[in-house]
Amino acid sequence: MNLSLLILIPLLTAAAVLLMRNAAQVRWVSLLGASAQLVLAFVLLFLFNQQRAAGNTAQMLFETQYNWFPSWNISFHLGVDGISVAMILLTAFVVIAGVLVSWNVTKMTKEFYFLLILLSMGAYGFFISLDLFILFFFLEIAVIPKYLLIGIWGSGKKEYAANKLALMLMGGSALVLVGLLGIYFSGKEHSFDLMKLAALNIPLQIQMICFPLLFAGFGVFTALFPLHTWVPDGHSSAPTAGSMFLAGISMKLGGYGCLRVATFLMPEGAKEYANIIIILSVIAILYGAFATMMQKDLKYINAYSSVSHCGFVLLGIGMLTKTSMTGAVMQMVSHGLMTALFFAVIGMIYERTHTRQVSEMGGLLKRMPFIGTVLFIVGLCSLGLPGLSGFVAEMTVFMGSWQHPDTFRRIATILACLSIVVTAVYILRAITKTAMGPLKEGFELLTDATWNEKLAALILIAGIIAIGIAPFWLNDLIAPGAEVIMQKLAIPK
Amino acid sequence: MPNATYIALIPLLPLAGFLMLGIFGRKYFKNTSGVIGAALLLISTVLALYTAYGYFFEYGKVDGVYQKLVPLKYTWLQFSENVSIDMGIIIDPVSVMMLVVVTFVSLMVHIYSLGYMKGDERFPTYYAFLGLFTFSMLGLVVSSNIFQIYIFWELVGVSSFLLIGYYYDKPSAVAACKKAFIVTRFADVGFLIGILILAFHSGTLDFNTLITTLTSPETEGYKSAAAASFMGVSALTWGLALVFVGGAGKSAMFPLHIWLPDAMEGPTPVSALIHAATMVVAGVFLVARLFPVFAISSPNALTMVGYVGAISALIAAIIACTQTDIKRVLAYSTMSQIGYMMFALGVSKYGGEEGLGYTASMFHLFTHAMFKALLFLGAGAVIHYIHSNEMKDMGGLRKYLPVTHITFLIACLAIAGVPPFAGFFSKEEILLAAYEHNTAIYWIALITSGLTAFYMFRLYFNIFWNAPSPLERAGGEVHGEHHGEGGFVMMMPLVLLAVGAAGAGFIPFGHFISSDGKQLNTEFHLQFSIAPVALGLAGIFIAMWMYKKQNNRPDKIAASLSSLYKAAYHKFYIDEIYTFITQKIIFNLIGRPAAWFDKNVVDGMINATGNGTKDISESIKGLQSGKVQSYAIYFLAGVIGLALLFIYWWT
Amino acid sequence: MMQPGLYHLLFISTALFFIGVYGFFTRRNLVTMLMSVELILNSVNLNFIAFNKYLWYDKMDGLFFTIFIIAIAAAEAAVAIAIIINLYRSHQSIDVENTEDLRY
Repeated sequence: MNLSLLILIPLLTAAAVLLMRNAAQVRWVSLLGASAQLVLAFVLLFLFNQQRAAGNTAQMLFETQYNWFPSWNISFHLGVDGISVAMILLTAFVVIAGVLVSWNVTKMTKEFYFLLILLSMGAYGFFISLDLFILFFFLEIAVIPKYLLIGIWGSGKKEYAANKLALMLMGGSALVLVGLLGIYFSGKEHSFDLMKLAALNIPLQIQMICFPLLFAGFGVFTALFPLHTWVPDGHSSAPTAGSMFLAGISMKLGGYGCLRVATFLMPEGAKEYANIIIILSVIAILYGAFATMMQKDLKYINAYSSVSHCGFVLLGIGMLTKTSMTGAVMQMVSHGLMTALFFAVIGMIYERTHTRQVSEMGGLLKRMPFIGTVLFIVGLCSLGLPGLSGFVAEMTVFMGSWQHPDTFRRIATILACLSIVVTAVYILRAITKTAMGPLKEGFELLTDATWNEKLAALILIAGIIAIGIAPFWLNDLIAPGAEVIMQKLAIPK
Repeated sequence: MPNATYIALIPLLPLAGFLMLGIFGRKYFKNTSGVIGAALLLISTVLALYTAYGYFFEYGKVDGVYQKLVPLKYTWLQFSENVSIDMGIIIDPVSVMMLVVVTFVSLMVHIYSLGYMKGDERFPTYYAFLGLFTFSMLGLVVSSNIFQIYIFWELVGVSSFLLIGYYYDKPSAVAACKKAFIVTRFADVGFLIGILILAFHSGTLDFNTLITTLTSPETEGYKSAAAASFMGVSALTWGLALVFVGGAGKSAMFPLHIWLPDAMEGPTPVSALIHAATMVVAGVFLVARLFPVFAISSPNALTMVGYVGAISALIAAIIACTQTDIKRVLAYSTMSQIGYMMFALGVSKYGGEEGLGYTASMFHLFTHAMFKALLFLGAGAVIHYIHSNEMKDMGGLRKYLPVTHITFLIACLAIAGVPPFAGFFSKEEILLAAYEHNTAIYWIALITSGLTAFYMFRLYFNIFWNAPSPLERAGGEVHGEHHGEGGFVMMMPLVLLAVGAAGAGFIPFGHFISSDGKQLNTEFHLQFSIAPVALGLAGIFIAMWMYKKQNNRPDKIAASLSSLYKAAYHKFYIDEIYTFITQKIIFNLIGRPAAWFDKNVVDGMINATGNGTKDISESIKGLQSGKVQSYAIYFLAGVIGLALLFIYWWT
Repeated sequence: MMQPGLYHLLFISTALFFIGVYGFFTRRNLVTMLMSVELILNSVNLNFIAFNKYLWYDKMDGLFFTIFIIAIAAAEAAVAIAIIINLYRSHQSIDVENTEDLRY
């Protein structure tokens, strides 16, 4: 399979969207494009598993390489391993759901969908790049549309939020760029190629400088404490699909980058800085959870809980064991699906009640059984109910983290475990106050979800349940990828 | 070997019911969902009985020892070579016994609810939730892997949450379901960490391997677990104690019991199923499952189990004497009886005659399921009739509810330990085990058994005797005539359970269930049972003296014991302590500062960066004056500067 | 009559340059400023000519540069005057103090 298809299809869709004459055409073309992405992601999964089953043990499959800028040794180098395939699947799920819930966008529909599709292209490109330069290129493509999505279609303090988000993410990108250049110039033969660099073993002093740069840079994307403050404002001001993409895809770019670029290329740096990563991620987990407890706006609740949940991703990476890293990737996939669904539901509720304040809602289950039920499912997934994806991911991280016998990591793990109580507190508080209790006045005529909203929710729920009930397929997909990183970590210098 | 397919069907049928009724019930099975749910469960019950028969009488026993069979095991999530979460079925005496109890009580509740919940708006949803709960509970009892049990543990928790909050437009129900979930969740963290510790040292999550590793002192796992210590206690004891914390949360042991009384907000049949007969004994089941490790490797942890159980039993019994909501009385009574089961395990040892406590505990679990489910369903019939939970609205109901009256009386006699009802036999065994191993616990247990008889008969006399309630005097009879006792579907479970409560004691339990799988012959000591029976009868007579006819004796006694009475009435202020800790300390001292810190410090830092940039540009923007001539001056100055630089410093 | 040497010419050119600079900095009238610029340019021309004549009399580079500069200066004057006229149309003034729109 040619991986360029993953970039070409969104690109063609985006171009087609621009050519359409009215909003209806734009929607259907986008939906068609998003469905094609989903089909393609499944085909990729199938072919990937087929190759692996056939005994192909190469680290990256379906590699393709084109010359791009030969004098600087930049090539258009694509390839996937299990981790990338998992992330691509996640992206495809979130994109189609995002397209479906945006059905009612009336303001500049064409531009809105164009930006959504462009963003998805950036994400796909990022996940399949094996050349650090084009990886960075796609990272930037995934950032810019967000600024416009929030700035134009957002709500509330949208200008402030858009600026804050774009500047912080750009700042993160700048750190990443500096780190990448450091790596580029580290060896005798200057190269951006991930596989070549991995074979090269970057010198220790370079690792000590570039690892924190890259980790912090990507960390901004994945809400590394204390660089997480774009998350609450950005998510809450963005339009529904924007929040879904932001939390479901963009935050995962960071986690993937931390793992694939920072940790994989610089294992020694990762070992040196592991303790700091663990401390910061445990702070993010607990502090995010406690901060969530005090929020009154549904979107803020989910945004802060994202900080807490993404802490598990960083914790899993920081613990540097195969199981914990597998858990980190699972948590990325799980959190992506779950939080996209959560934002979708919040959007549906907001469209009907015109409020996001928890205190102004009540008894929604009575008028909107479908939306209420989805809210329950997503809430229970967030607090880690077995049978849904969140549980699997968190437990894998815990199991992986506990494999270190030292007291420091033990205590870190116990503290992280405690967060599941706090999570239960804030999630139950949010969903019981909104969905249960007596019906609030003025809500008597609310209607339940429409077909597109139902479809979007069902697609995401299908993903959540597929992981929750049968996690082995995801585990089998991710674990070999984590294993390769572990082998690199074990190389003594 | 048993056939795995039909054993797997036992939990899977209720799951199918949950999915079918949950997804399509609202549309297609509006009225038939109850019958579908009950029919599926009937099949499960038959299969469970068949399994039990097969296991106990055909293939289970090899050389006089009941085997632990694992007919089904499927890898669910592989962590490393040896460590994996498996979905499996373990068949041993305890799990088979639990299969029978859970399916039977659940079937009774399914049938009973046909009448009790008739006409409810969310009838299909109710049966869907019941199906989910039954599936989870059955999955829990057959778990072959410690993580599998944790998974189903959480699932029963959530089903309990959903069912307590079934009347979701009642704020008190919503508060109760939230409380139940969060308190048990807190305990589950302990369980989780306990699992992590045990799994780390034993190198496996599989129950059989884990128990074998941690009970044989020559294995590496045992050595590392015993050697590693934290705060002077070995890792093994820590692990087991933390696992027990999880069990204590689910089983409403002191001080994690606060959710159970509130959980009575759910529909009464649900209370009978979840909060009396099945889910709340999961903690006991968990300790029983890991009993060899507790008993052989960490007697300290087991002693803790014993004391927690005894204290819970006593405290709950005292509180139960003062409550006026009949379901709350039953809730505290449940807590007290589970305390019995816990300390019975706590005083037991592993193997042979010393393992009497283990057998007794399981025996009591079995009989308790019968009579407590019966009590709740009876209370349900009363509530159904009178539409109130309060004792003061009741009285003199024996004329109107004859079947309920008789069955309730049987259950009360059983729980009070009056021979020859079921409770008598199981309680005697527990007391005997306590007497032999721990005198302090024995005396607590003895006092509790007297109190139990007293509060149960206080309940009984208040409902069925005493003066007719104000409600009834105002025309309750007319109301009663067309309402009746709830018809055949509600009476049949009562009668069946009453038969169980009366006769279950005659089962020779030691023959089937013992700590090491070998047959345990329990003897009946007449002289030993004099004291408890006498105390029980005394309790009954005091209750009769105080409550059979309306009089002012209860008030007088309450007044004379005023401070104790008040403390017990307010449940020893434990709820208030929790509220203080959560509201004042967690919310105000952690949550609020965290949110404040985020808004002001972290966000402030980012904003300060932005504002700082703005300020700097503000202060230097004057240079861009738009005046051509000043630009020219800067230019010239720059040229001169560069020239000087080149001329003097460069060379 | 004394033959003027290189130093003389350089002196004149320097004087012209600074007169031009002074004029450029102090005048407020854009046309006058333009004239000052011309003075500066011409001082440069004079320099080129002088160096060409006295130092590298066998080369023509200085002359070429001078012609080049004169041509550019003519074009520049045309553009500058066009700008000034447009400025006058929009601002009703050719005072440099009034043309500060292009700032922060």
